Amino acid sequence: MRSTANVAGSRTLSFRRWLALSIAGFVAFFAIWWLIAASGLVQRQFLPTPLEVFERFVALTHTPFVGYTLQQHLASSFGRFAAGFGLAVLIGVPLGLLMGWFRWLDAVVSPLFDALRFVAPIAWVPFAALWFGTGIGGPVLIIFSGAFPPCVINAYRGAKYVEPRFVEAAQMLGATHFRMITEVLLPASVPSIVAGLRISAGLGWQSLVGAELIVASSGIGYLLVKGQAAISTSIVMSGMIAIGIVGFAIDALLRTLERQINQRRGIG
Amino acid sequence: MIVQRWRRPAWAGVFTFAVVFVAWYVLTTLTQTISPGRFPPPGEAWDALKQIAVTGYADARLSEHVLHSVKLVLLGFTAATVIGVPLGLAMGASRAFEAFVNPAFLLIRPIPPLAWIPLAIVWLGLGDAAKVLIIWFAAFVPAVINSYGGVRAIEPHLIEAARMLGVSRRMAVREVLIPGALPMIFTGLRLSLQACWTTLVAGELIGAIAGLGHVLYQASLDIFPAMIVVGMAAVAVTGALMTMLLGWLERRSMPWRT
Repeated sequence: MRSTANVAGSRTLSFRRWLALSIAGFVAFFAIWWLIAASGLVQRQFLPTPLEVFERFVALTHTPFVGYTLQQHLASSFGRFAAGFGLAVLIGVPLGLLMGWFRWLDAVVSPLFDALRFVAPIAWVPFAALWFGTGIGGPVLIIFSGAFPPCVINAYRGAKYVEPRFVEAAQMLGATHFRMITEVLLPASVPSIVAGLRISAGLGWQSLVGAELIVASSGIGYLLVKGQAAISTSIVMSGMIAIGIVGFAIDALLRTLERQINQRRGIG
Repeated sequence: MIVQRWRRPAWAGVFTFAVVFVAWYVLTTLTQTISPGRFPPPGEAWDALKQIAVTGYADARLSEHVLHSVKLVLLGFTAATVIGVPLGLAMGASRAFEAFVNPAFLLIRPIPPLAWIPLAIVWLGLGDAAKVLIIWFAAFVPAVINSYGGVRAIEPHLIEAARMLGVSRRMAVREVLIPGALPMIFTGLRLSLQACWTTLVAGELIGAIAGLGHVLYQASLDIFPAMIVVGMAAVAVTGALMTMLLGWLERRSMPWRT
C-alpha cells in the first residue's frame, strides 16, 4: 500500500483503533438490522432477524427445499458455472491471442465482437429458453455470454503488449505462426489473461444467478425464486448469502493464482 | 514499451457485417438450414421492428418501452451515485470512517446485484420501486469502491502540498480530493451503468408491466423469435447510447485530461 494519503489531516490509525472501529462497525451493522426486525416496524415475514436467517441457512443444509438441500443446489449451479466459464476460457483466450497476432482477424472479428458485447448477457435468456428449454444448455449459454468478453479482451491486450523485442527475436529465428502464439504471445500474456479470468469468473457467476432466476429447475437462483414465491425472506436471504460466499471463494481462488503467477514473474 | 499504433481499417467492419448479414439471409431464407422457429430470417425481424415501432407490442410502442427502462435506470443510478460517491470519498479521506463502514460493506459486496431481485420483489412487489431498488444496489457498490480508490490513488505529495499551503478542509475537498478522484469515479460510473442496465433487463424479464425486458419476456412467451432479436438489439443499442452519453459527460467534466 502507498503512503498515507490523508486529506482530512488526521494521523494514520493505530492497529488497535482500526480493530476496535472495525468490530464496532460489524456489530453496528447487525445491531441495526436486528433492531429494525425486532422492533416490529417491518413485518417479520419481510425482515427476519439475523439469527433467524442463520437458523434458516443451517436448516437448508439438511432439509431439502424445492427438492434439494442447499449444497445440492449449489453443486448444480457450480456445474453449470464450470461448463460456461470453461467454454468461455477455452474459446475466448485462443481467440484473443489469435486476434492479437493476425491483424486481418482482428479487423474482421473486432467490429462484430464489439457489437455483440453490448447485448447484456441476460438478454440471451429468451433464446436460451427457446433453444434449450430449461435444460443445462440455457444457463450455460448465458454464463458463456457473460464470461466470454473479458477472456478475449485480456488475451488480446496481453498479446498486443508483448515486448516487440521478443517477437522480433522469435521472428528472426524463424518461428512459425503457431509457435509464435504458443511460445511467445501466450506465456507473455499470462498475467493479463489471469486478470481477465477473475473478471470473467465474476461476471459468469452473476450471469448464472440471473439465468437461474429465469430458466432453471434447480440451482441456487432457482432456490431464490422459489423462496420469493413462498414470500419467505429468510430463504431468499440464505440463498443470497450462499451466492455471496461462493462468489467470494471463486474470486479468492483466482486472486491467489494471480498473485502466485505474478510473484514467480517478479511483478507483484 | 512501444506499441505500434495501428488503426483497424473501416472497410473491414463493413465487410464483416455484410458477410454476417448475407450468411444470415442465406441460412434462414434461401437454404433454410436454420428453421425460422429457432432464429428468424432478416425479413421477419424487420417486420417485427416495424410492428413494435408503429403499432406496439407488449402493451406499448418501442419508444415507450425504451423510455420506461431508461427512466428507471437513471433514477436508480442517480440515487446510487449521489449516496455512493460521497460515501466512497469519505472512506478514502478518513481511515477511521473507513474502518467503521468497511465491515458492513464487505458483507454486502460479494452479493451480485442480480441476487437482490427476489428480495426486492418480496419487499416491493413487481412495480417500478423494486426495479429502482435493484438498480440502486447494482450501482452503489462500484460507485463507493471507485470513489474510495480514487482518493487513495491521489499522489500523496499533492495532498501534502495542499496541507502545507494551509488550505481549509472544504477547499481541500473541492480542489484536491474531488478532481483527483474524478478519473476513477468515472471509471466506476461506467462500470456501474453497465451493471445497472443488465440488472434492469433481468428484473424486467422476471416481472414487469413495461420496458425492454418485458418485451423480451413477452416475445419469449409468444415464441416470437423475430421480436426477441428486435428486443435484444434494442437492449444493445440503448445500452451503448447510454455509455456513450456518460463518456461525453466524462470528457466534459474533466477538460484537463483531454
